[in-house]
Amino acid sequence: MAATRSFGSATGKMPGSEAIESKGFLRAHRWLILRRLSQFGIFALFLAGPLAGIWLIKGNLSASLTLDMVPLTDLFVLLQSLTAGHLPATSALLGAAIVAVIYLLLGGRVFCAWACPMNVVTDSAAWLRRRLGIKGGSAPARSTRLWLLGFILLACLLTGSMVWEFVNPVSLLQRALIFGIGAALLPAVGIFLYDLFVAQHGWCGHLCPMGACYSLLGHGALVRVAASGRSRCTDCMDCFSVCPEPQVIRPALKGSGSALILAADCSNCGRCIDVCSQDVFRMTHRFDKRRDEA
Amino acid sequence: MDDSKQSATKAPALPRRKFLGQVSGAACAAGLIALGVGLHARQARALPAVALRPPGALPEDDFLAACIRCGLCVRDCPYDTLRLADLGENVVAGTPYFEARQIPCEMCTDIPCVKACPSGALDPALKDIDRARMGLAVLIDHESCLNFLGLRCDVCYRVCPAIDRAITLEHRHNPRSDRHAMLLPTVHSDACTGCGKCEKSCVLEVAAIKVLPIKLAKGAIGEHYRLGWEEKEKAGGSLISPQLEMATRLPGAPADSPAASPAPAGADSLREGF
Repeated sequence: MAATRSFGSATGKMPGSEAIESKGFLRAHRWLILRRLSQFGIFALFLAGPLAGIWLIKGNLSASLTLDMVPLTDLFVLLQSLTAGHLPATSALLGAAIVAVIYLLLGGRVFCAWACPMNVVTDSAAWLRRRLGIKGGSAPARSTRLWLLGFILLACLLTGSMVWEFVNPVSLLQRALIFGIGAALLPAVGIFLYDLFVAQHGWCGHLCPMGACYSLLGHGALVRVAASGRSRCTDCMDCFSVCPEPQVIRPALKGSGSALILAADCSNCGRCIDVCSQDVFRMTHRFDKRRDEA
Repeated sequence: MDDSKQSATKAPALPRRKFLGQVSGAACAAGLIALGVGLHARQARALPAVALRPPGALPEDDFLAACIRCGLCVRDCPYDTLRLADLGENVVAGTPYFEARQIPCEMCTDIPCVKACPSGALDPALKDIDRARMGLAVLIDHESCLNFLGLRCDVCYRVCPAIDRAITLEHRHNPRSDRHAMLLPTVHSDACTGCGKCEKSCVLEVAAIKVLPIKLAKGAIGEHYRLGWEEKEKAGGSLISPQLEMATRLPGAPADSPAASPAPAGADSLREGF
């Protein structure tokens, strides 16, 4: 296993290259392409209004109005507003309820992998980090984000203000993209450099309290990835190298119990499905008990 | 955390220490970040005087707890008056504001910005734009205002959507020429919405009339103060008894005779009062 672990860096091959050879580029990037389409599609919808006059969605990821009818509200921003002592109007509450139901079904951190623009930034940093073979650095414990979530809500309660929104790089970035404002892009640059040089998957995997907030919704998610073909696993470690939350894979892939990845931190990004040349993983639902036996 | 949980099954002693170290490390890091952000938030929430909030905005502290920075008000503003603050501006990033001298509020009668607000940060109870209080116009520079110099500029008065209510022209004698009148634009806070059209249209290089946040523009008399003339109107008559007519006691004047000093009317009303 030690020999295969260094497969990616020692031979100069990127994780997933074997899958590209065996499955072809398109199938080895299927979920990645779908995700990018989703992420950029969302922003295209938001920008179609101001740029082309087609108003399908108004607002931004903090709160929006689709077709002048359906409100959507970011849960973390709403939670901050509530703890800061403001009871939001019906529209915002309804929007939050819709968002909560969507992510309860799809998996809380589906927001992170399929909607959040910061994901493109941190994925790029992670890709470059692998490409340049940058090792080491130090990341705070993965639980830091949950602590941060708690302390931020406490600070909201004490100051009566939505404190994280003063600095939230995710809100700043998405707002900068949708409303065309410049300086708010800078924190994203900072996060790119942090993820590249200091901490692998540092922002999304360890610090972001927004992701932590959404992960709390992920415990009962219907849509899940399963390592149903784990008997075919060759220990190439490609899935572990690309996964932003590699700790979620082990119980499903190497454990003896369920092959489903049930950890709330899994964002259903599907990258493990892409990079596996043996088709070990599949996107499925949490009641799927199927197991491919080789 | 999950790593340490897993190794905890192998050797309990060291991982427990490692686990506690990790947890306290994470808690401390998170606590420090939250503290820093919290302090920053307290410091950064003061609004600069030129930045005006949209109509119906809650008081600034409440507004910052309520506004979710979605920009829907900005999108629905037909005159591009409103904009979202960028990071590094003095206004809290992502919150909507406008500057009167740039683009003032056109006071749409259907108030689309308030309708668009999903959070209630712009109070949906505001139905009549004339009741909006985005700020208060103040003719702040008497030295350069053309009307104060004796000219008839009047532009701020003419453009005011609440002309003759929010801004009136008050006649004053012009002591410089001693022959002319000065017509001084005068703002009345009971009608001024703070839309900023006066500041926008002031013909000077730098506006002599400016819309300020009400907190800066208004004074406040002590709550216990009563204005005599208002109390009089409310009561339908003076609350003070008329001045007592005292008997004249000049030497040589007729001695105190009941005829010369009738009981003063005030004394009667006082007694009645009791």
